[in-house]
Amino acid sequence: MPSDLIHEYMRIDHLPQIWCPGCGNGVIMHDVATAIHELIEDPDTPCNRDDFVIVSGIGCSSRAAGYLDFNSIHTTHGRAIGFATGIKLANPKLHVIVLTGDGDCSAIGGNHLIHAARRNIDLSVIVFNNDIYGMTGGQYSPTTPNGDKATTAPYGNVDRPFDIANLATGAGASFSARGDVFHARETISIIKQAILHKGFSLVDVYAICPTYYGRKNKKGDAVEMLKWQKENLVPTSKFYHMSEEERAGKKMIGILSYNDYPEYTAEYAKVIEASQKKGKK
Amino acid sequence: MSKAVLMQGNEAVVEGAIAAGFRFFAGYPITPSTEIAEQSALRLPQVGGKFIQMEDEIASIAAVLGASAAGMKAMTATSGPGFSLMQENIGYGVMAEIPCVIVDVQRAGPSTGLATSPAQGDYMQAKWGTHGDHPVIAISPASVLECYTLIIRAFNLSEKYRTPVIFLMDEIVGHMREGVELPNPNDLIINPRKMSFHDGANKQCYYVPEGEFIPAMKPFGQGERYNITGLAHDESGFPVNSNEIADKLVTRLLEKVEKNVDKICRIEEYAMDDAETAIVCFGGTTRAVMSAVLKARAEGKKVGMFRPITVWPFPEAQLRERLPQLKKILMVEHNHGQMLQEVQRTVGGKLPVDFLGCVDGTVISPDAILNKLNEMEGKRHAK
Amino acid sequence: MSNRYEMRFAGSGGQGVILASVIIAEAAVISGVKAVQSQAYGPEARGGVSKAETVISRDQIWYSKVTKPNFLLALTQASLDKYSTELAEGAIVMMDDSLKAPEYLDAARVISIPILETAKTKVGKAFTANIVAVGAINRALQLFEGKELMEGVKRHIPAGTEEINEKALNEGAALISDKQAAAFKQSIG
Repeated sequence: MPSDLIHEYMRIDHLPQIWCPGCGNGVIMHDVATAIHELIEDPDTPCNRDDFVIVSGIGCSSRAAGYLDFNSIHTTHGRAIGFATGIKLANPKLHVIVLTGDGDCSAIGGNHLIHAARRNIDLSVIVFNNDIYGMTGGQYSPTTPNGDKATTAPYGNVDRPFDIANLATGAGASFSARGDVFHARETISIIKQAILHKGFSLVDVYAICPTYYGRKNKKGDAVEMLKWQKENLVPTSKFYHMSEEERAGKKMIGILSYNDYPEYTAEYAKVIEASQKKGKK
Repeated sequence: MSKAVLMQGNEAVVEGAIAAGFRFFAGYPITPSTEIAEQSALRLPQVGGKFIQMEDEIASIAAVLGASAAGMKAMTATSGPGFSLMQENIGYGVMAEIPCVIVDVQRAGPSTGLATSPAQGDYMQAKWGTHGDHPVIAISPASVLECYTLIIRAFNLSEKYRTPVIFLMDEIVGHMREGVELPNPNDLIINPRKMSFHDGANKQCYYVPEGEFIPAMKPFGQGERYNITGLAHDESGFPVNSNEIADKLVTRLLEKVEKNVDKICRIEEYAMDDAETAIVCFGGTTRAVMSAVLKARAEGKKVGMFRPITVWPFPEAQLRERLPQLKKILMVEHNHGQMLQEVQRTVGGKLPVDFLGCVDGTVISPDAILNKLNEMEGKRHAK
Repeated sequence: MSNRYEMRFAGSGGQGVILASVIIAEAAVISGVKAVQSQAYGPEARGGVSKAETVISRDQIWYSKVTKPNFLLALTQASLDKYSTELAEGAIVMMDDSLKAPEYLDAARVISIPILETAKTKVGKAFTANIVAVGAINRALQLFEGKELMEGVKRHIPAGTEEINEKALNEGAALISDKQAAAFKQSIG
């Protein structure tokens, strides 16, 4: 019931949101709200709405925090994970969800991303990855494919792009996954698992930006871009049954890596206990 | 045996902060502030607090603001280079009205400078380091005991005015060890955080009743849902693109400090009652100035010491009160003339203001100050 | 004693001269005298010449730095050469006897004793040289009572090392003759 969900979990006084027609961000925001809603409703996952904190940085993606009717904090560019780390460590009972973009989390905030992953602190980072800086009008980001055009790459992008999900895995994240706008049901399920995971989780959600990235690179309108996702991004269950040839040029969406490394705030709780025992001796 | 213990300035900061309710530290090692991180790592878990070493100073201040939003009294400590990195998020703390304390143990700059040497070159940065028009409260201790007592005041002011407070130390005081007898914890006044919204206006998080300056906010996770942003925002905390609302917000932020300046500004004076020359100084420089004033007094010179303890806002009114009795002022600070500008602005050309500074990483000696006083005397006679 | 007694402790990084200065300051505080301690930080403290300072006084100490030390401890030739040039009149210099005292020093004010050798052979641990020095300093200058000094040491050493440190203090004190103790005694309050 989408409209009920919007009424329940969004600050409707502030809607409609600011995103361009055809932008994928609204869908991802809706996926996040649905994932939280399903967790709250599910008796097997006891939690309530006040247990959730939404943290965002700066950029198109990060405006989502303001629309979601939770404890929400819209921070500075690149620093959402730093703020989130403080919130989580201060009150480990909270589910801290970071909404960020490709530039926000892997360029200006790249250092915070890799270190939060290394610590394995229990944050759920949802990346709205649209391959471009949208808020400032279409400059290339760390995920813009090599050769693609942007306002700051008028002759084609010289940089090589990051694969953010793999970057997180390499930095030690214990849960790394990929989602997209088209496969909403699968992406909601992945986000739920990321939230439930005790440790650092990252979901690299492929967004679409028809206004800047799409137009600059002749990718067609929103429908065309979603069609591309439908044809080229393949859920895990299907991907595993495909031959090498069938997989060519396609990417899997789903959980890419998973581990049960010790979680930071749980480990720090042990430090508190040890320091207090030592004090008593 | 005496009850006093030998304690380092940096260590006293942590003990005082804990007494003030400090329970969260995020920081990055940098000389000469590192002992504050080390001592916090040792002491905080013992009192149920949290310590985290972040990947840089930007992340450190971000984590501190996050922890404060989640209800913990939080602090970070750094020195010049790290203080520069923190500036953007200090402005965020001002705009979003998140209390916290930032300790800057100043060292000789600019840039990496003389990493282990004292200086006071961050005085202006403490006020103007972050962008935009904003209020700043900064306090500067001159002894190990004051590191303890004034950090408590820094936390109290931060909670009372809901704004980051800068604790502007220097290497002289940070690394000095002195015998101190700490106050009885029962004698301390500690401002707790308000844990509910102001009544009225549908209990909005940034609602400020008529005649007040500061909103009251429940921390995250305690049953209220609201938005925090560094964008210009309305009383609900939601970003708005309204010139009128932005003006109202920024004006209130400035006025909450400006209109309470008499409550915020504190000074220390020595031998000022009949002084004709005032030596103005702050922080660690006070030590040499006090030695010089005592010697000058012993020689019969009418010299006194005027020291802003609250260095921002600059205690203009208190200094102005002293102007009629004074013939001249000497500003002594370990920089090239930063507080000097505030003194000159306050004096407004009514008196000669002389200056003794130092940017070579050494400590100004009492003899250098006495020589300067004699030189000023000579100049006056020559006229 | 003048109401401001300035002490400088110099050696090479790792010899523990900073800790020696801290212990003297702590003992002063314990005995009810004012003390301020500071030190050179940074690369110097990690292998080069290391320097620490303690000022003690009956009165409030304002200026915290040492300008003309009344006492210098030097454990290396480099530190002795560097810091023996800037002493107060009548200053006392305590040096390890493996070093050569510069000619300009007044021999009557120099205490040359085997600090490093005593730590190594008599105490049995070279790293206790700083505590040996502290023991010798207090015996020569007679600043604090023994129990005040030991309490000062205890506050700055790892638990379980009290015995060896007490031994180091005593061996240090034994390096000072009664005649020296009579000659160099300082009076506090």
